[in-house]
Amino acid sequence: MQQQPNKLRPFFENLNFERDDNTMVINFGPQHPSAHGQLRLVLELDGEQVVKAYPDIGYLHRGIEKMAENMIYNEFLPTTDRMDYIASTSNNYAFALSVERLIGLEVPRRAQVIRTMLLELNRIISHLFFLATHALDVGAMSIFLYAFREREFAMDLMEDYCGARLTHSAVRIGGVPLDIPDGWLNQLSDFIQRLPEQIKLYEDLLTENRIWKMRLEDIGIVTPEQALEWGCTGVMLRGSGIAYDVRKEEPYELYDELDFDIPISDRCDSYGRYRLYMEEMKQSVKILRQLIDMYSKTDSQIMAHSPRYISAPKEEIMTQNYALMQHFVLVTQGMRPPKGTVYAPTESPKGELGFWIRSEGEPYAYRLKARAPSFFHTGILQDILPGTYIADVVTIIGSTNIVFGEVDR
Amino acid sequence: MRKYTPKDNVQGKAKYTDRFWVAPQVPRLSVDEDTHFTNVLQKVKEVVEVLDSYVEIGQLVIHIRPEDNIKALKTLKEDCGYAMCSELSAIDYLAQDGEFEIFYQMLNLNEAKRVRFLTRIKKGQAIESIVPLYAMAKFAEREMYDMFGIVVNNHPYLKRILMPDDWEGHPLLKTYPLEGDEFASWYEVDKIFGKEYRDIIGPELRDPARIDRYDTQRFSRVGHEVPFNANPDLVDKTQTPIEYSSDFLSNYNKGPHEVMDKRK
Repeated sequence: MQQQPNKLRPFFENLNFERDDNTMVINFGPQHPSAHGQLRLVLELDGEQVVKAYPDIGYLHRGIEKMAENMIYNEFLPTTDRMDYIASTSNNYAFALSVERLIGLEVPRRAQVIRTMLLELNRIISHLFFLATHALDVGAMSIFLYAFREREFAMDLMEDYCGARLTHSAVRIGGVPLDIPDGWLNQLSDFIQRLPEQIKLYEDLLTENRIWKMRLEDIGIVTPEQALEWGCTGVMLRGSGIAYDVRKEEPYELYDELDFDIPISDRCDSYGRYRLYMEEMKQSVKILRQLIDMYSKTDSQIMAHSPRYISAPKEEIMTQNYALMQHFVLVTQGMRPPKGTVYAPTESPKGELGFWIRSEGEPYAYRLKARAPSFFHTGILQDILPGTYIADVVTIIGSTNIVFGEVDR
Repeated sequence: MRKYTPKDNVQGKAKYTDRFWVAPQVPRLSVDEDTHFTNVLQKVKEVVEVLDSYVEIGQLVIHIRPEDNIKALKTLKEDCGYAMCSELSAIDYLAQDGEFEIFYQMLNLNEAKRVRFLTRIKKGQAIESIVPLYAMAKFAEREMYDMFGIVVNNHPYLKRILMPDDWEGHPLLKTYPLEGDEFASWYEVDKIFGKEYRDIIGPELRDPARIDRYDTQRFSRVGHEVPFNANPDLVDKTQTPIEYSSDFLSNYNKGPHEVMDKRK
C-alpha cells in the first residue's frame, strides 16, 4: 500500500513504518484465573484478534498412567480421584467399570442404584461448578455465589455419604463400600426439590440477559465435523448438534431403565452449550427422583460376591477363616484379572471418560490409558481460537469446561 | 550372590505368584456372531491384510500391519461410518518381543459400535500419522511420542506435550523407573541452580516418614516444643520439657554390638 504522507507521518523513501507482520505473542497462563488450572495458551495476536493459538499443557502432569502400572487395582482407585477433581466419583466409577467388565462381574442392584445416584449428583456438582466459573469468567459475579451455594449443598450430601468433599473414592470395584446412611435419601429429595427453583433463578438471570447473550452467542463455534474429528464428546459434541450420549447409546448401570432425555443443540456455540448444561442438570434431577423410588425395592447386598476378586463383607472376614484368607491375599497381592484388553466408556460430566486397560494376568495393569475428554477439548482450542478476539478466548475456554487434573493426568 | 533384577522391565511386579498359576484369558468371540462387525471386517479385509480378528468384551479387535494403518482407518471412516477416533496410544512390549503395540480405538456414533485396531512396530520404527483423517491425533500422537519415543511420520507438530521440552527419556517405557531416573531426580536442581549445586542441595528426600528434628516449620514438637519457624538453637530448652531426643534413640545402622556397649 502506498504510504500517505502527512504531518505526523512524513514520507521517508527508505523506511517502511508498516511492517507486514505486526503480531504480538502473549502467554495466557499458566497462572491465569480464567485458564481453569494450569493451561498455558500461547496466543499470536494481530491487534486484538487471535491469529494462532498453541495450547501448552503438562503443568499438572503427575504420571497417573505410570502409577497405574505400579499399583494393584484397588490401590489405584483413589488415585483416579485426582483426575477430574470436580466430579471424582465419575472417575472412580469409570475405572471400576473397566475392571468389572474385564473380570466379568455383576454388581448387586443396590450398589447400582447408589452408584447411579452418586454419578448424577456428581454431574450436578460439576455442572454447577461449570456455571459458576464460566459466568465469573464472562463477568457475572452473582451467579458464581448462587451456584456455589447450591453446589455446597450437593457436596454436603457427598460428604454425608463418603466423608469427603472432593476426593470421594465412593465406588469400589464390585460395588460400593457403604450403604446409604439414615435420612440421606430425605436430604437428597429435599435437595432435588430445591434445585429446579435455583436452576430457574440462574436461567432468569442469564438466558435472556443481553450481556450474557452478547458474550456467548456465536462465540466458540465448533462445527460438527470439527467436533467429530477432534474426538469431542459430552456437551461439546451435543452442542454441535450430534446426539451421542454414552448413557443412552451404550447404557451402563441402570441408565437403560431410567427415563431421561438427551438435550442437543445445533447452535454450535457457547450459548448452546450453556443451555445444554442447564438442561442436563434438570435431567439429572429427573433421574435422581426415579432412583430414590428404586432404592427401597432393592435388597441389602452392596458388594458383588466373587471370592477370587472381591473381599467378602467384613462380618464374614471376622467370622470365617476362608474369607479372611481370601481377604489377606487380595489386600497383600491384589486381584489378578484375566489376560485381555478392555475399554469401557462412560459419560462423565465432561464427556466420554474411559479407562483402556491391558491386563497380562498380573495384579498390576500392564498398561492403563485414561481416555480423558478434556484432553481433546484442550486440543481443539488450537483450531477454534484463531479468528476470535482476545476477550472471547476466556469465554471459549470456560465453555469447553476443561479440568486440568484430567488433561495432564 | 545378589538377586537378579531384570533391567528391561522395572515396573511393579507381583510379590508372590503361585507356581501353578496360569492366568485365564478374557473370552474371545468369533466375529460372525455380529452382522455389523462382519461387514466391517469384510470391508477392511478388501483393503488391507488382516492378521487376526475377534470380538473382545463387545468390541471388534483387528490386528493389522503398521504400514497399513492409514488405509485401514480410511476405510473405516469413509465406508463404515466410524467418524470418531476415541483414543490412540502404545504399549511397551520391548522386553518380551522388542516391539511396541499401537492401538486405535474407533467409535461409530450411528450404530454405537466400537472397533479397535492393533498394530505392532519394531523398536526405532516410525508409524504414519493419522492427522489427515482424525485431528485428535495432533494431540494423541504427540502424547504417544512423549511417553514412548515413537516417531510419527508427517505429523504437523511432533513435540513433547506433557513433559518439558528438554526432558530426557520417555516415562511410560518399562525401563523407566517409577521414581524417575538420574536425570529426573536432578532436573530441577540442574535447571535452576546448575550442576555444580548438586552437592550443596543434595538429593531429593523421598522418605515420607522422615522427621527432621531441626525443622521448626513443619514440626512443632521436635525434642522439645518450639515456636513456628524458630531457630532451634536459640530456643530456651529449659523452659520446654524434652519429649524425646536422638540421644536415647539407638542407631540400628551402627550394628547391635555398639548398642550393647552403651547399655553396659
